[in-house]
Amino acid sequence: MKWDEFFVTGDPLIYGADVSIVLTMVGILFYLTKFKKWKWLWDEWLTTVDHKKLGIMYIVSAVLMMFRGGVDALLMRAQLAVPEANFLDSQHYNEIFTTHGTIMIIFMAMPFLIGLINVVVPLQIGARDVAYPYLNAVSFWTFFIGAMLFNISFVIGGSPSAGWTSYMPLASNELSPGPGQNYYLLGLQIAGIGTLLTGINFLVTILKMRAPGMTLFRMPMFTWSSLVTMVIIIFAFPILTVALVLMTFDRLFGSHFFTLQGEGMDMLWANLFWLWGHPEVYIVILPAFGMFSEIISTFSKKTLFGYKAMIWSMLLIAGYSFLVWVHHFFTMGSGAVVNSVFSITTMAIGIPTGVKIFNWLFTMYRGRIEFTTPMLWSLGFIVNFVVGGVTGVMLAMAAADYQYHNTYFLVSHFHYVLIAGTVFACFAGLIFWYPKMFGYKLNERIGKWVFWIFTIGFNVCFMPQYFLGLDGMPRRVYTYSEESGWGPLNMVSTIGGFMMGIAFVILVYNIYYSFRFAKRETTGDAWNGRTLEWSTPSPMPPFYNFAKIPEVTGLDHFWKQKQAGKVEKLKAEDIKKIHMPSNSGVPFIMASFFFVAGFGMVFDWMWMGIAGMIGVFGTLIYRSFEYDDGYYVSVEEVIETEKISK
Amino acid sequence: MAHTETHDPNTPLEYRSEIGRLNILGFWIFLGAEIALFATLFATYMVLTHRIADGPALGELFEVKSLLIQTFLLLTSSFTCGLAVHEMRRQNVKGLITWMAITLGLGLGFLYFEIQEFLHFIHEGANIGTSAAWSGFFVLVGTHGAHVTFGIFWVTMVLIQVAKRGLTPATSAKVFITSLYWHFLDVVWIFIFTAVYLMGMVMHHG
Repeated sequence: MKWDEFFVTGDPLIYGADVSIVLTMVGILFYLTKFKKWKWLWDEWLTTVDHKKLGIMYIVSAVLMMFRGGVDALLMRAQLAVPEANFLDSQHYNEIFTTHGTIMIIFMAMPFLIGLINVVVPLQIGARDVAYPYLNAVSFWTFFIGAMLFNISFVIGGSPSAGWTSYMPLASNELSPGPGQNYYLLGLQIAGIGTLLTGINFLVTILKMRAPGMTLFRMPMFTWSSLVTMVIIIFAFPILTVALVLMTFDRLFGSHFFTLQGEGMDMLWANLFWLWGHPEVYIVILPAFGMFSEIISTFSKKTLFGYKAMIWSMLLIAGYSFLVWVHHFFTMGSGAVVNSVFSITTMAIGIPTGVKIFNWLFTMYRGRIEFTTPMLWSLGFIVNFVVGGVTGVMLAMAAADYQYHNTYFLVSHFHYVLIAGTVFACFAGLIFWYPKMFGYKLNERIGKWVFWIFTIGFNVCFMPQYFLGLDGMPRRVYTYSEESGWGPLNMVSTIGGFMMGIAFVILVYNIYYSFRFAKRETTGDAWNGRTLEWSTPSPMPPFYNFAKIPEVTGLDHFWKQKQAGKVEKLKAEDIKKIHMPSNSGVPFIMASFFFVAGFGMVFDWMWMGIAGMIGVFGTLIYRSFEYDDGYYVSVEEVIETEKISK
Repeated sequence: MAHTETHDPNTPLEYRSEIGRLNILGFWIFLGAEIALFATLFATYMVLTHRIADGPALGELFEVKSLLIQTFLLLTSSFTCGLAVHEMRRQNVKGLITWMAITLGLGLGFLYFEIQEFLHFIHEGANIGTSAAWSGFFVLVGTHGAHVTFGIFWVTMVLIQVAKRGLTPATSAKVFITSLYWHFLDVVWIFIFTAVYLMGMVMHHG
C-alpha cells in the first residue's frame, strides 16, 4: 500500500481536517506537559472506576461526537441547499451521510444516554458504585476506542460509504472496495463489546445494589427505564455482534453470507441488522422517556401520574421492539401476510407510547409548573415527538409505505423521533443533572435561547422534508435537478439546519460561561428534587456517594422527607468505614490493544490484528491473576469529607 | 462490600462473598446474551443450509463416527466438570483439580476431532468460501469450537490460581463460573448435534 492510499488525499476539506487534528493534538500535549497534568490525567481519569467520572467522560465524548456528526449534517445541508450544487461529489456525500448516521446513533446518542445513566442511576438507587466498577471502565474505554477507530477513517484509508445500514451487496468488497467499510465493521464491533458489558453491569446493579427499602416498584422512573433498556441491550447487541462478524468474514475471509456469489443472501443482512437495529431505536428512546418523567414530575411538583402504567408500557415497548423489524423493508417483497403482521405490531407500539404521553400530560395537570430549561426541553419533546410518532404510524401502513419508502418523508420522521426524543432528552438531562456533576447550574437565560433557536431551527429544518418526501425526493441523493422543484424547500431546510448548529455553539458557550460565572451551589438539591441523587449534602457527591446508605420508605422518598421536614442529618456515630474498589489502568491498556487489533484488521494486516488480540488476552490474563479487593475509606476520612461537626 | 457476613453453614463457598454472588449472577446474564448470539448463528445457518451453490451438500460430507466421538467426549466432559464442582463443595482441592484436568483433556480431545473433521471437509472441497451453506456451517460450529478453546485456556488459568491460593470465596466463584460456561457449551453442542448434523444427514440421506 502506498502512502497516498493510506492517507486520504486530494480534498481541501480533508486537508483542513488533517491540520486541525494535528493542531488539536499538539495543543493538548502542550497543555498537559506545560501544566504538568499527565499524572492528574492518569490518576483521576484514565484509571478511574468511579461511575460518575466514567459518566462524565461518556458525556464529553458524546458532545464531541455530536460536533463531528453535526458538521457532517451541515456539510450535507450545504450541498443540498440549491439544485445541482458542486460543493461535494457523490462519493464524498455518501461517506458523509454514512458517518453522520453511524456516529449520531452509535457514538453520540448511546454514549450520551449511557453517560447520564452512569452518573445518575447508582445515585438514584442509593448505591456506592455499580456492581462491577472495573467492567464499567472496560465498557467506557472499548466504546471510546471504537469511536476513535471509526473516526480516523476520514483521514486514514477513507470513510465507509454504504450508509449506516450498510446493506449488502453495496457494502461488499466489489462495490465498496478499500478499508472504509472495515472501519465500520471493526469500530462498531469494539464499541459493541462495551455496550453489552454496560447492559450486564447496570442490570445487575439495579437488581442487586438498591438501598434497603427500595423495592422494584419504588424505583425512580429513570432507573426503571434504564433497567428495561439494559434488558434490550443484552438480547439485541449479540445479534449485531454476529451480523458484523459475518460481514467481516465476507469481506476479509471470502465467506458467502450476504454476497451475490456462492448463493449468499443479501437480505439476510438487512434482517439481522434491523433485528438489532429496531431494538436499538428503543435503547436510545427509553432512557429519554425516563429522564422526561423525572424532569416533568420535578418541575410540576407532583408525583408522576400513572407510575405503574409507565412501567408496564415500557415493558410492552421492549417486547414489541423485537417484533417489528420487517417494517424497515416492507418493499423487500415478503408478501401481504408478513407485511400485514409487521404493520400491525408496528402500530401496536404506538399504544404504550401514547399511554406515556398522556401520563406526562396528566402529571402536569394541576401541577405548579416551573418553566426551567430542562422543563422547556421536556415540553418541546412532547409536542415534536408526537409529530414524529404520528408520521411513524403513517409509515407503518405497509401499502402506503411503498410510497414513502426511502424518501425524505422517512428521513424527517426518524429525525423527529430521534432529535425531539433522544437529543432533547440529552440536553434536558445534561442541564438537569449538571449541578450534580459539576456543582453549578448552566446559565438559564442562555439555555432558553438555545432551546428556542434549536427547536425552531429543528422544525424549519425537518418540517419541509416531510413535504419533499411526499413530493418524491429520495434520501441519500447527493444532488437533484432544477426541474424537480425541490430547491426552495431544501433551502429552507438548510437554513433550519444551520440554526441548530448555531444553537449548539451557544450551548457550548454556555458551558464555558457557566464555568466562569455561574453561582456555585451550596446544597446538593439544586432543583428541589424528588429522588435520592439530590439528597447528598454536598453539591457533588463524594466518590463514595453516600456516607450513610439511606433507607427508602416509598416513591419520591427524598421529596416526602422534605415535605415532612424529616430530612436526616448525618451524625458522626452513623458513619462506618466504607469499602471501595481500586483504580486500574488495565481497561485503558486493554482498549488500546483493541485499537491495534481493529486497525490491523481494517487494513487486512493480519499480523497486526493477531498481535493486538494477543495483547487483549494478555490483559485479560493479567487481570485474572490480580487479586485486588479494593480498600476501605476510614471513618475519620468520611467525617472529614462530609464536614460533620462533632 | 460487607466481608463480615454470617452464613448458613450449607452456603456453598462461592456464594459466601458479595462479589462472588454478583459475579455469578452477572455471568448467568452473560449466558443469556450468549444464547442470543448462538440463536442468531443458528438462524443464519438454517436460512442458508440449502444454498450450496456448486459445492457439496452438507449432509453429503458429515460422518457419523467423528460426530459420535466428538459428542461423547464433550458430553462426558460436562459430567466430569460436574464432578469437579462436587469435589470443590467437599473442599477437596486435589479432587477438583483432577476432575477439571480430565475435563480439559476431554475438551482437547473434542477439539482434536473437530479440527480433523474440518480438515477432512476442506480436503473434500468444502471450505468457508465454498457456498453460503458451508459459510454458515463453519462459522456456527467454529464459534462453538472457539468457545471451547477459550474455555480450555480460561479453566487452566483458574486452576493455577486454585493451586496457588487454595479454595477461597474468590477462587471458588471463578471455578463455579467456568463450570457454568463449560456446561453451556455442552448445551450448545446438543443443538448443533441436532440442528446441524442430524438434520443435515437426515435431509441428505432421506
